[in-house]
Amino acid sequence: MSDVLLKVSGVSVSIPTGQGNVHAVDDAAFSINKHEVFSLIGESGSGKSILGQAIMRLLPPNAVFSGKVELDGTEISALSEKEMQKIRGKTVASIAQNPYLAMNPGIRVGTQVAEPMRAHLGLSKEDAKARTRRALKYFDILPPEVREREYPFQYSGGMLQRAMVAMGTAADPELIIADEPTKGVDVLKRRNIAAIFQKVASEGCAFLLITHDVGFARAMSDRIAVNYCGQIIEIAGKDAFFKEPLHPYSKALLDAVPERGMHPIPGSSPSMIEVPEGCRFHPRCPHKTERCLADPPVVEMARRCVRCWLYA
Amino acid sequence: MLKEYFIRRALYLIPVLIFISFMSFSLIYIAPGDPAEIMMTSPSGGYDEAAVEAFRIAHGLDQPFYIQYLNWLKGAVVGDFGYSYMSEQPVFETVLNAFRNTLTLSVLSLAIALVIAIPLGVVSALKHNTVVDDACRFVALFGVSIPNFWQAYLMIIIFSVILHWLPASGFGHGTDISYMILPATVLGTGSAAVMMRMIRSSMLDVMGKEYIQTARGKGLSEKIVIIRHALKNALVPVITVVGLSIGFLLNGSVVVETIFGWSGIGNLVVDSILSHDYMMVQGSVLFVAVIFLLINFFVDLVYVWANPEIRYDRTS
Repeated sequence: MSDVLLKVSGVSVSIPTGQGNVHAVDDAAFSINKHEVFSLIGESGSGKSILGQAIMRLLPPNAVFSGKVELDGTEISALSEKEMQKIRGKTVASIAQNPYLAMNPGIRVGTQVAEPMRAHLGLSKEDAKARTRRALKYFDILPPEVREREYPFQYSGGMLQRAMVAMGTAADPELIIADEPTKGVDVLKRRNIAAIFQKVASEGCAFLLITHDVGFARAMSDRIAVNYCGQIIEIAGKDAFFKEPLHPYSKALLDAVPERGMHPIPGSSPSMIEVPEGCRFHPRCPHKTERCLADPPVVEMARRCVRCWLYA
Repeated sequence: MLKEYFIRRALYLIPVLIFISFMSFSLIYIAPGDPAEIMMTSPSGGYDEAAVEAFRIAHGLDQPFYIQYLNWLKGAVVGDFGYSYMSEQPVFETVLNAFRNTLTLSVLSLAIALVIAIPLGVVSALKHNTVVDDACRFVALFGVSIPNFWQAYLMIIIFSVILHWLPASGFGHGTDISYMILPATVLGTGSAAVMMRMIRSSMLDVMGKEYIQTARGKGLSEKIVIIRHALKNALVPVITVVGLSIGFLLNGSVVVETIFGWSGIGNLVVDSILSHDYMMVQGSVLFVAVIFLLINFFVDLVYVWANPEIRYDRTS
């Protein structure tokens, strides 16, 4: 068996709205190996989350999907909804951004954490309960026999975040898709989230981190993909990427983080409805030439790739 | 915490009850017509002063207002609402019997309302902005708009007069369900329409919540997502409407009870008012008010069950 766990090829998603079609994901292609932490970084509203939803097959009903998603060699993008339900929460689980919104306010936390176990592992009520207590304990939700009977609003933010990770990992998934795990949290909480994720990753679970938080991605990932206006414009190993980003947008993005002097990228993010012709970054790019008006090729190099004419 | 909450809620009932008893007593007291004169008037129109005076004394009507009230209240606390001027029967027993009939009818109506409203509301929300949704909403609009009395006569004409399926009116032996079907359906459909619209909008709201997506992400089937994760949360605001509907069914069924000749509390109150049977009116009003309060209390209990956050509210 190969080491590839998730293979995404030629995935596009567009969502019709009153103003026109939103081209949220365009021709996404990447793969994630087993036990690998893979980050998809980019600005808010660049279509990252939609890509995560597309993999889980939880897109809004009116979204138009094309392309292929393979998980463990199975083409999950072609499965029936019923077969897909056996995959969700079992092989691939998702962890949402805001635990207060993502947990059901009217159901006890223990019951919510136990749900994937009951659905996928065929555990009896008692076995699921015992396993839930172990999981809560593992994530420092103490004492588990009290906490399992409480409701989400009785938890602190950090504890609920951990409960959500306990819920995501309840049925031992091979891949976790975490959508903006550090959005709107302070530095301490961010560090805690990183610690929990690392704990889960150290047990062999692969991650797809969808984040705008470059520092978080750097601390967590093995490989980085950069998303701009619905397109993945660069994929590289973490060290190579931070040492030498290739795409002009990647460079600009790294220069924009506070540690590097917070240089803003000139111009503003393009509309996702009427995307720029050719290279989507060309209106803001310092290196643009005539050829940038044509679609740039994805240039493959040793263990990295970039979607830019500069390297063609 | 939970216990304290309920004790406090129960204590709130006391001042409300005192106020209601005072209002219902004084309303009747200031109403025109002297019960003694009316009771003692012979069919030919004249009355005997001495007999009227004797009646007043016998029933305590010669006492000042507040004494009358306190005497009445003293009895009411232990369930003694006095005796009917007309039938000489104890008011409490008569009211209780009538109420039992109304309750039977109300429970059946509520069941009909919920059986119609919940599935239609949920389906309407899940298929929103489709033909199915439009059809459900049209039915609901129809249900809200039709007056009770008109629907009652329409159903009598169709099911009793034309089809001969069900009795047009009457009480049967109180357990004969065929007499209940028509009045319960009339009462139930009116409430169902309001509830259905409420469930639809509430369900639509909940289905858009993030935790629904989380539940799907766990690999739960859509059926479980809807029933376990959506419906319970969607029913929280609906509980209020159901509570109000119960009150409406118990008190507002006067018209329907009259049309179908159902000997319930609505009929009793109307008859008592028409015959100036004041003891009966006062007793019925207070009784219905108490029931209404108890239902609201019960609705609060259900609320707490459905929305755990209330249980632990620090400010309550």
